[in-house]
Amino acid sequence: MDGEVRTYLGVPLYRPKVAFFEFTSCEGCQLQILNNEVNLLDFFSLIEVVNFREVMTERSDDYEIAFVEGSITTDNEIKRLKRIRRQAKMLIAFGSCACFGGVNQLKNRFRDLDYVKREVYGEHPVESKKVRAIDEIVDVDLRIYGCPVRKEEVEKIVLHIALGKSLTVPKYPVCVECKANENICLFDLGEPCLGPITRAGCNAWCPTNRAGCWGCRGPAEDVNMEEMLRIMKGHGFSEETIMDRLECFGGFSPVKIPEESIR
Amino acid sequence: MRKTLNVNVKHLTRVEGHGNIRIKIRNGRLIEARWEVVETPRFFEVILKGKKWDNAPWITGRICGICSTGHTLASIRAVENAFGIVPDENTKRFRLLLKHMETLQSHTLHLCFLVLPDFMNAGSVFPLINSHRDVVIRAARIKKLANDLCDLIGGRSIHPPRLVVGGFTKLPDRRELQPFLQQLEQIEEDLMVFVELFRGFEIPDFVRETEFVSLKGEGEYPFIGGDLISSDGVHMKEQDYKKMTNEYVVEHSTSKWCRLSRESFAVGALARLNNNFEFLHPVAKDIARSFGLIPVTHNPFMNNIAQLVECVHVVRDSIRLLNEILDSEWKEQRQKVEPRSGVGVGAVEVPRGILYHCYEFDDKGRIVMADCVIPTGQNHANIQHDLEALAEEYATRGKCDSEIEVLASMLVRAYDPCISCSVH
Ligand code: SF4
Ligand code: SF4
Ligand code: SF4
Repeated sequence: MDGEVRTYLGVPLYRPKVAFFEFTSCEGCQLQILNNEVNLLDFFSLIEVVNFREVMTERSDDYEIAFVEGSITTDNEIKRLKRIRRQAKMLIAFGSCACFGGVNQLKNRFRDLDYVKREVYGEHPVESKKVRAIDEIVDVDLRIYGCPVRKEEVEKIVLHIALGKSLTVPKYPVCVECKANENICLFDLGEPCLGPITRAGCNAWCPTNRAGCWGCRGPAEDVNMEEMLRIMKGHGFSEETIMDRLECFGGFSPVKIPEESIR
Repeated sequence: MRKTLNVNVKHLTRVEGHGNIRIKIRNGRLIEARWEVVETPRFFEVILKGKKWDNAPWITGRICGICSTGHTLASIRAVENAFGIVPDENTKRFRLLLKHMETLQSHTLHLCFLVLPDFMNAGSVFPLINSHRDVVIRAARIKKLANDLCDLIGGRSIHPPRLVVGGFTKLPDRRELQPFLQQLEQIEEDLMVFVELFRGFEIPDFVRETEFVSLKGEGEYPFIGGDLISSDGVHMKEQDYKKMTNEYVVEHSTSKWCRLSRESFAVGALARLNNNFEFLHPVAKDIARSFGLIPVTHNPFMNNIAQLVECVHVVRDSIRLLNEILDSEWKEQRQKVEPRSGVGVGAVEVPRGILYHCYEFDDKGRIVMADCVIPTGQNHANIQHDLEALAEEYATRGKCDSEIEVLASMLVRAYDPCISCSVH
């Protein structure tokens, strides 16, 4: 697979050197790459993987694109991340842990992190700081959202990079994709859903499976939070149910939730 | 031979998560052999505090990408046990079928992508794409079948959204399921290629006696719920799992360790097989015997073969389940959930061994206490003891640094450790 020049629709492809790194995560986003059985081999011919600890022993520091999965919780992780930033021409925050902190950042709702540690480890010393997204430490060139990321989307993005084309991520909400899929709206089935305010691109993954959206891809552009809260409350969902979803993956934390509408 | 050896593996590759191996031998004497877990903890048990019951399966599935279905199932079982919900027959069948496909995809990933390179002197599966294309394509085909069926039943193979307390949000219809029967019947041919391939490999002849812990089969090979047993004769109820795991905190590791009758015990495919051999499908049983894999096998490297045998078993059992499903009528199944205060435990055999979730709820269904005991966490102490014995034995046999490094790495890999999961 090395050496030969690949083409796509007659256009010679640039085959970038790619490295995968993971920080605090479930490694599910990396797994999505390997789950790509149909075109796994084609996918790996588009890029030259030089670092993918989960599947290979060889390691190389000569890479151009770094896929970074996971959130940041220790000093050592900060050091490693900065080193990656220095090497990579393009650093991609890969998945919701990397983009927003993911489920890991739920720990941050406890003000006293010592309490959190004591609960699990007693007096045994363990390092764990506030959970941070990648872009709280270094600059990020591209974000691939999702918990997990959607493999079709990753493929499309990688192909675009190989072709040197620019990319656009949907700005509209999940509801748009959900309606295109002709689903029954979950609100009509008595289930809560964050589809109206969550960034599309997952092809309404959860609602299409009749499960409400928890907002893993973060906010769509110009979200109308007040309207969202009105819909949720109108359908009889408690503040707690709304908060559980809004805070689950960390994508909504920069979005200001109007105080009065929650009360 | 008087040997001086130093093995230092930082962030062992081809395993899930981060761990180090350190071995020091001076003049043929073992000074130190260490399995260090350096993964950063995520504190799931604390994260769940104060959250409503429906958060538990959704969040804890994220403990592990590879066995997210297993975590979701254990979590759901714990919630259902606490609330007194008993799943109906069809829900059970679909859950088990989903579980089987997770086992198949996880074992295949481990055997073909992570373990195979060791036996073929490659650093990864990537060079094998050219040199052994047929094998890689077959492995990809097995994984694809397993993932497709997971996608169909769970809605997604990682973090399955359809899987909820009380049943499923949605189930596939007959037309969607039917084609998988033939695919399952055909996939055995691919599996048999791997069986023959592994037959040609030299499995290291290392033996250290230990205790094996798993669910106890009742009429069938166990996967979801039931009593707990060990090869040393311990027998417990699911809700008494704490007496089976006895977790404790150790220096130099962010994962807790476990013990039962001895200084350590093992869980996983080998443990399941050692404790439940009689319930394997006859075809799987014959393959096990042909590898000399009969209870009680104490060679940890044989866990690879046990996984291979389980692949054949789950495919055969999935054909049975799918036939049963296709012979029945099913509609969307989701029982009403009525939260109440209490404690619930869910024990599930995930690919790497027995997994426990336990929650205590208040009367509103909010989580007061959560506890998750991960298979790899239960294996860490056993890996440590194996590593000591292995280093000593092979140093005495006159192996050099690099040979011991390879064997030690292969040993840890044989457990298919899911380190980030064990430090959750
Ligand atoms: S974003 Fe989700 S799937 Fe990806 S690593 Fe984080 S927890 Fe896992
Ligand atoms: S189910 Fe959710 S995503 Fe779909 S239309 Fe309704 S609110 Fe929008
Ligand atoms: S529907 Fe919502 S929670 Fe589900 S994948 Fe899409 S953004 Fe994430």
